[in-house]
Amino acid sequence: MGFKSDIKYRSAADKVFFGVICFFTALTMVPLFLILWELLKKGYKQFNVNLFTEVAPTSMDAMLAKMSSELIPGGVLNGITGGLLIIVVAIVIAIPIGIMAGIYLADNPKGIFSGSVRYLADLVQGTPSIVIGIIAYAWVVKPLHSYSALAGSVALAIMMLPLIIRSTEETLKMLPASLKEAGLALGASYTNVVIKILLPSAFGGLFTGILLAISRIMGETAPLMLTALGASIINWDIYKPTSAIPLLIWEFYQNPNLVDLIWSSSLLLLLIILTLNLTAKSIARKWKIQ
Amino acid sequence: MNNLTGEYLLELKKVCVSYTPGKNAVNNVSADILPNTITAIMGPSGCGKSTLLRAINRMHELYPNIVTTGEILLKGKDVLKMNPSEVRRMAGMVFQRPNPFPTMSIYDNVIAGYGLNGIRLKKSEKDEIVETSLRNVALWDEVKDSMTKKGSFLSGGQQQRLCIARALALKPELLLMDEPTSALDPISTNRIEELLLELKEQFTIVIVTHNTSQAARISNYSMFMYLGDLVEYDTTKQMFTKPKDKRTEDYLTGVFG
Repeated sequence: MGFKSDIKYRSAADKVFFGVICFFTALTMVPLFLILWELLKKGYKQFNVNLFTEVAPTSMDAMLAKMSSELIPGGVLNGITGGLLIIVVAIVIAIPIGIMAGIYLADNPKGIFSGSVRYLADLVQGTPSIVIGIIAYAWVVKPLHSYSALAGSVALAIMMLPLIIRSTEETLKMLPASLKEAGLALGASYTNVVIKILLPSAFGGLFTGILLAISRIMGETAPLMLTALGASIINWDIYKPTSAIPLLIWEFYQNPNLVDLIWSSSLLLLLIILTLNLTAKSIARKWKIQ
Repeated sequence: MNNLTGEYLLELKKVCVSYTPGKNAVNNVSADILPNTITAIMGPSGCGKSTLLRAINRMHELYPNIVTTGEILLKGKDVLKMNPSEVRRMAGMVFQRPNPFPTMSIYDNVIAGYGLNGIRLKKSEKDEIVETSLRNVALWDEVKDSMTKKGSFLSGGQQQRLCIARALALKPELLLMDEPTSALDPISTNRIEELLLELKEQFTIVIVTHNTSQAARISNYSMFMYLGDLVEYDTTKQMFTKPKDKRTEDYLTGVFG
């Protein structure tokens, strides 16, 4: 083969290889669109105002509606409110602990204690959610003798913690050391430097981390089955069993009369999570640390 | 040096600073500084000039491996025995790169020292301090209509003047400046140098610089440091015309550095 034809062959091979890379990259986006398409196709009929304003229907109502080939009445309002309650309480538990641990790790990068905390956080992140559900069952459900929103919140808070700890640590590490020095050089105490200078400067990163942690736990079902259990009514009492959208999807799936509702409720859950992720992205971009 | 007034603002007595045990980055430095003067600390990179400056307001305490020994007297009181917060309020610091607090407005940046120290002021008192401080750094006219804007909107030179204003707002006795113009363009540098000459009337300034001509332009006294030692300390005029030490002469004439 002459030099010229060799060059031709090589550039052709390059083009083929580049094409293959592009093809497989595009392929990664396919599942998401297929899922959205499937959910839209099967769920759009039930995706209406009732979904947000009414609680889950009883099996009987659904059966009657199906027999007269009407839309199944009711929605997932008890799941929306229940999920909100569980997540708000989980946030209240996880944010202060997570942020303080993150501050410690950012300030003390070395040492056995920091290393262990970091390692354990990673382990918790890798722990199957059902196991965390069992732990929350043993810690909260058992002593209180009742399934409750609080138990669900504890399980979800444990799952959020590693994400918040690591995002806080990474964000604070990105802040220039000169910021901390500037505060201390004015005579400020360490507490004031952290609260009035470092945390506000890191706000974008912290907020993004928290949103991502929320979207991570939003769809968790297994730990909630063992803790929040589910409820057919709207419940705002943290000591009582409470529903959440993933729990409702699981219930609908098990009931032949309600099974048609899984599509619209899954669509809603997916849309909420996508929105959270997109919001987190745009905040991260807007508040980028300069 | 003659002490005409009989009262030094700052006295350094056998100050040693070490990053690793047994190795001094600043070695036995003794020097006295008169009030209302500008003292320049010169020397090649790594000679310990910033390290010495940061020992004065105890910034080294941020890093537990750094050990400072000796005596540093500020208005006769040993700073190593004072509360670090009190020391740092008496000795304001300006850093190499402008570092205004990015989340705060220009106004809040200037007054930040009070809030950070838990001192509550009336709005009128705050307004007065902000205006005085910004006038002191000749920034008032440029920013008086945009006080609520973030400090990071200003140019580099303006940001550095804002940082000086922030330090001055606490009415310090001493202003420590760590190469404050090395990140700035010549015009901004010139403005800050003029500013320092005015500020000398009210404050005492110690400035670290690797720019010998800057030292010659603005300082009354100069220190030359080399490998952690204070080689020579004299009036700037004396040092630039008749240096006593061969190393000082070599540095100033550009033989090394």
